[in-house]
Amino acid sequence: MIEFERAGKTYPDGTVAVGEFSLRIPSHTTTVLLGSSGCGKTTLLRMVNRMVDPTSGRVLIDGEDVAQEAPVALRRRIGYVMQNSGLLPHRRVIDNIATVPRLTGMPRGAAHERARELMRTVGLDSGLARRYPGQLSGGQQQRVGVARALASDPNILLMDEPFGAVDPLVRMELQRELRRLQTQLRKTILFVTHDIDEALALGDQIVVLQPGGQIAQAGTPEEIVAAPANDFVARFLGLDAGRRSLRARPQPGGGWLVSDAGGRPLGVLPDDPAREGPG
Amino acid sequence: MNHLSAAVDWLLDAQTWTGPGQLGARATEHLGYTAVAVLIAAVIALPAGLAIGHTGRGRAAAVLSSGAVRALPTLGLLTLAALAAGVGLVAPLIALVVLAVPSILAGAYAGVESVDRATVDAARAQGMNAWQVLWRVEVPLGLPIVIGGLRLAVLQVTATATLAAYVGAGGLGRPLFLGLRTYDYPMMLGASLVVILLAILLDACFEVVQRLLSYAPGLARTGRLREAR
Amino acid sequence: MANAGHILGLTGAHLQLSLPAIAAAFLLSLPLARLANRLRPARALILGGTGLLYAVPSLPLFIVLPVLIGTGVRDTLNVIVALTLFGLALMVRSAADALDAVDEDTRLAATALGHSSRGRFWTVELPLAGPALLAGLRVVSVSTISLVSVSAVLGVQSLGSLFTDGFQRGIVAAVAAGIAMTVLLALLLDLLLVLLGRLLMPWSRR
Ligand SMILES: Nc1ncnc2c1ncn2[C@@H]1O[C@H](COP(=O)(O)OP(=O)(O)OP(=O)(O)O)[C@@H](O)[C@H]1O
Ligand SMILES: [Mg+2]
Repeated sequence: MIEFERAGKTYPDGTVAVGEFSLRIPSHTTTVLLGSSGCGKTTLLRMVNRMVDPTSGRVLIDGEDVAQEAPVALRRRIGYVMQNSGLLPHRRVIDNIATVPRLTGMPRGAAHERARELMRTVGLDSGLARRYPGQLSGGQQQRVGVARALASDPNILLMDEPFGAVDPLVRMELQRELRRLQTQLRKTILFVTHDIDEALALGDQIVVLQPGGQIAQAGTPEEIVAAPANDFVARFLGLDAGRRSLRARPQPGGGWLVSDAGGRPLGVLPDDPAREGPG
Repeated sequence: MNHLSAAVDWLLDAQTWTGPGQLGARATEHLGYTAVAVLIAAVIALPAGLAIGHTGRGRAAAVLSSGAVRALPTLGLLTLAALAAGVGLVAPLIALVVLAVPSILAGAYAGVESVDRATVDAARAQGMNAWQVLWRVEVPLGLPIVIGGLRLAVLQVTATATLAAYVGAGGLGRPLFLGLRTYDYPMMLGASLVVILLAILLDACFEVVQRLLSYAPGLARTGRLREAR
Repeated sequence: MANAGHILGLTGAHLQLSLPAIAAAFLLSLPLARLANRLRPARALILGGTGLLYAVPSLPLFIVLPVLIGTGVRDTLNVIVALTLFGLALMVRSAADALDAVDEDTRLAATALGHSSRGRFWTVELPLAGPALLAGLRVVSVSTISLVSVSAVLGVQSLGSLFTDGFQRGIVAAVAAGIAMTVLLALLLDLLLVLLGRLLMPWSRR
């Protein structure tokens, strides 16, 4: 379990990135921090592995203040995935994945064995092991990033817009893979994004942030879509523009054409959804 | 062109090269001065430059002072050192080290700084300590630029080591100044040609090293190197 | 105060050698850099050639050059040509990089607006490359000013003569004064270039 207790961060230049932030993140669940650029998401995420130290309040992991832990050791047992993967360009894929096991003293052979196993876990062809990151596609690089973060079998996974730099198709594919992985691995994931669809797709809990790291609303995806706490959340979700209120109209050939409040078509619903089973 | 063929004749004469105080020994001296001066300068400037690049502290001071040192005329520095330390080896070495330090320093901090901050951030996030970030990420990725600084220093020092003879030391400047004083044009021309060849040869060695580095797939494929061009 | 007059005279001589060389190096570097960028095969030749030039030590070049261009070792022209070559060695590379760094989109936009290749060079590429060109020019200026003194060992008059005379007669003050004047000159010229840059490129001021 991760707890933020009135955590705040004011950077040396006076920027108040996070005013005062309190949140409880249950173990084995995915919590998504959702907010627009500059609202303090990265800052919050980095408070967990002490890449950023809060200037007020504290962050606890399983009841222990992270400030009491040595940053380097802490980071080695927390996975971190970032946008553009942050891979080391001068190391082969396999060595990138083996980074943390090697740092913690695992012999090279064993670390590589572990890395190969992880490549299978994240769905990477083993033929890519000897490539350099620059020789991979963006989607493959992100998978390597995820594999690297999983290498020390951490309980906590911090993901900072990990799928922000790939095209929508690959992005959806990666989201699906992450969901599959999560049912298997059951990590405590803290996931940052500014994409509402991604948040709805991945989050057990979604935290909508306003500038300064203020919580506009926290809840399950259903709660947030069904009852946005205020105008800010509604605008962010696109609810005010009717993007998520749907209408269905019978089609001549059977079935229903579904469109949003603005009349833009979204898809087709089969005649009797009950008989088709849940899609 | 007579001078040139006379100089070539002088160079082809075996007597020019062999024996103590002849060209072969002078060339060895020249290379020795260069090596010692660059080595001393590297011992001073590499750690300082890497520290500046890694911490980001002291950069303004380094830029300012190396800019000022670059404006210093080497001949002035050399003669001043010679007046203070007497004729011999100490004065040229002081001047050559002072000459080499700014290039090596700048190469070292620019190399470290050239590494993508996101990559460094990611390395820290994986749990590398400051030392590991420096040696496993910043130095290998910045290496082409660090070596570029060394290359520049070797070039400048080889060129300037010629002046060492002006204050009584050896090196290839000896026959050059001797020829100058005795109006022996073939001798000074021949010596000049040897210095030029030596400098070009040393530079070519660095070129080869840097080429080899740029073929390392992990390095060549980074956005950083593409941007640098 | 006879010294002051002497130093002033040498300063003048110093400038007479360095300023033409700096100007010539800058002006010649532009067409060479443009050629290097437009004709890729020429690029290796031009940049490689000037790079090689940079490896050539100054004093030997002062001596070799007369054989090639038919001047005397102590001629003013010999020194100026040699200094110009050194300036080119530095400037062609940075000019080529500066012109090359002009944003491709901007270049395409200018072409789309109907600029000819030449018009685009004068109205778009040159001004946009200006700040980087200025940075290159400043390096050339400082290094030329400090390099001129080397020619004093050949007997050419400049602030470098204070080093040779001072050394031979054991006058520390003369050498120190020479160093101070050379640095001062380099700084003043640098300041002048910065001001000129501000005047010509008001957009680059931060
Ligand atoms: N090192 C720093 N020094 C000063 N200000 C900073 C620093 N890092 C971040 N900030 C500021 O703190 C605020 C929050 O930054 P943060 O990176 O946490 O935002 P974010 O929500 O992750 O944004 P994005 O979606 O663009 O990544 C911003 O205003 C940012 O400019
Ligand atoms: Mg961020």
